[in-house]
Amino acid sequence: MCGIVGLLVKTPALKARLGELMVPMLIGMTERGPDSAGLAVFTEPLATDERKISLYSGLTEEGADFNWLGLGHELKAHLGIEARMAVQGNHAVLTIGIAPEPVKRWIKEHHPRLHILSTGRAIDLYKDIGTPTEVAERYDFKHLTGTHLVGHTRMATESAVTPDRAHPFTAGEDFCLVHNGSLSNPYGVRRMLEPRGIKFETDNDTEAACRFLEWRLREGDDLETALQKGFAELDGFYTFLMGTTDKLALIRDPFACKPAVVAENDEYVAIASEFRSLAHLPDIKNAKVFEPAPEEMYVWTA
Amino acid sequence: MDSLKFDLAEIPLRTVNTFLHQEAPGQGVRKVLITNPDGAHNIAVGLDFPVEIEIVGHAGYYAGGMNKQASITVTGSAGTGVAENMMSGRVHVKGFASNGAGASAHGGLLVIEGDAGLRCGISLKGGDIVVGGSVGSFSAFMAQAGRMVICGDAGDALGDSLYEAVLYVKGSIKSLGADARIEPMAEADLATVKALLAAAGPAFDQYAPQDFKRVASARSLYHWNADANQEY
Repeated sequence: MCGIVGLLVKTPALKARLGELMVPMLIGMTERGPDSAGLAVFTEPLATDERKISLYSGLTEEGADFNWLGLGHELKAHLGIEARMAVQGNHAVLTIGIAPEPVKRWIKEHHPRLHILSTGRAIDLYKDIGTPTEVAERYDFKHLTGTHLVGHTRMATESAVTPDRAHPFTAGEDFCLVHNGSLSNPYGVRRMLEPRGIKFETDNDTEAACRFLEWRLREGDDLETALQKGFAELDGFYTFLMGTTDKLALIRDPFACKPAVVAENDEYVAIASEFRSLAHLPDIKNAKVFEPAPEEMYVWTA
Repeated sequence: MDSLKFDLAEIPLRTVNTFLHQEAPGQGVRKVLITNPDGAHNIAVGLDFPVEIEIVGHAGYYAGGMNKQASITVTGSAGTGVAENMMSGRVHVKGFASNGAGASAHGGLLVIEGDAGLRCGISLKGGDIVVGGSVGSFSAFMAQAGRMVICGDAGDALGDSLYEAVLYVKGSIKSLGADARIEPMAEADLATVKALLAAAGPAFDQYAPQDFKRVASARSLYHWNADANQEY
């Protein structure tokens, strides 16, 4: 099954309440996805020469006791950079003032079990195993702020229940994707991408869709063109919700096998697998509620 | 006690459904208002007594499923499988309905004032469905008996592998499914559409029966054709 939620807010007051509004949305999808949960939140972008890297230490031996301070010292000693770090147990957001690739390479080499969740100027990413309530409390989702976010509750069907196989998946910078459904040709997509130097981190079918679409964006397609190519190349059941620096995008497979409902008003756009995750939103009774059509692209700009 | 109100923000749905199944028929309850449905699944499923139920807001999956005798109105939208397997009575959705609306309904009338999603009336077995808006792809797939009136457009593969159900469409049909064909409207068809529009309520007064096309089965799939090219 799986549940999808997305929220894009249009007023400063709601930007400050982004996490608080989203937590009941995520918890509302617990029956659809009780085994893992995650979200990507997009904030005001950092300066052009800065990057945020979200890191997860739950797969290391130290787990939530990971020595983040030590990592900061190591980065300074080996790469000569001052990294700012916002730590929450097994999770940290590292902010750096240089290109991210050397830093990520160094981390992969020296801390191979430290999982890199996301990279970008706007994106922070959290995901872990556990019920949506547990995960939301673990990372204090209710205090998140920002312009838009993409969330997911997982009921695994295509790969094991592990933190790195939870959603959202990311590729490149400031791009993430969550998926309700199952793809029938993920290995075909993978075999097409791998010779182009695109590396995969899990055996999860969603990762193939995520890396395919990010590859198209990197090749110069705009989001709409990339999604159109997605319709042609990705086979199976899906509702995909994607986040970029300033956009949320939603598509459903031609058979509309997986659900989605949208509520929109002057203050927000909210997306969920089912209306019950939207029912608590402010003034929902007067919002325009509709079901997105299959094989159509829905793109909202923050 | 012929009229009751349940606020689903205050009382669990299971309590309401249990009451509607076990106690309400014997107590002569005739009208029930259900507020704050907030997309809950299975509201007023499996009813079997003559009662008017109004659900104020958006219903989740299978609202009014397996209905017998009851008349259920949803003022907002309905999720997947509204009035699925209805036996008799009426389910009326004022907003839109998601996929599989009225699937395999044996009897009764399902009215959807807005659009219906994909697979509306799939495997219909004798129920009637009137849709004010459009229906998605694969609607009336393998529909065996009953009628559908579609005031908007139909998506791909309308009436694929249709049996004896008959479909009436006012708008465009993106494509017909295998063995479905457009046939001329006879007097009986005009009378059928007129009666179903009237039964659907005042929102459907604006439509004229002569504007509808009849879609029925060519019945060429009823018998195995051994001479046909059997490469699939």
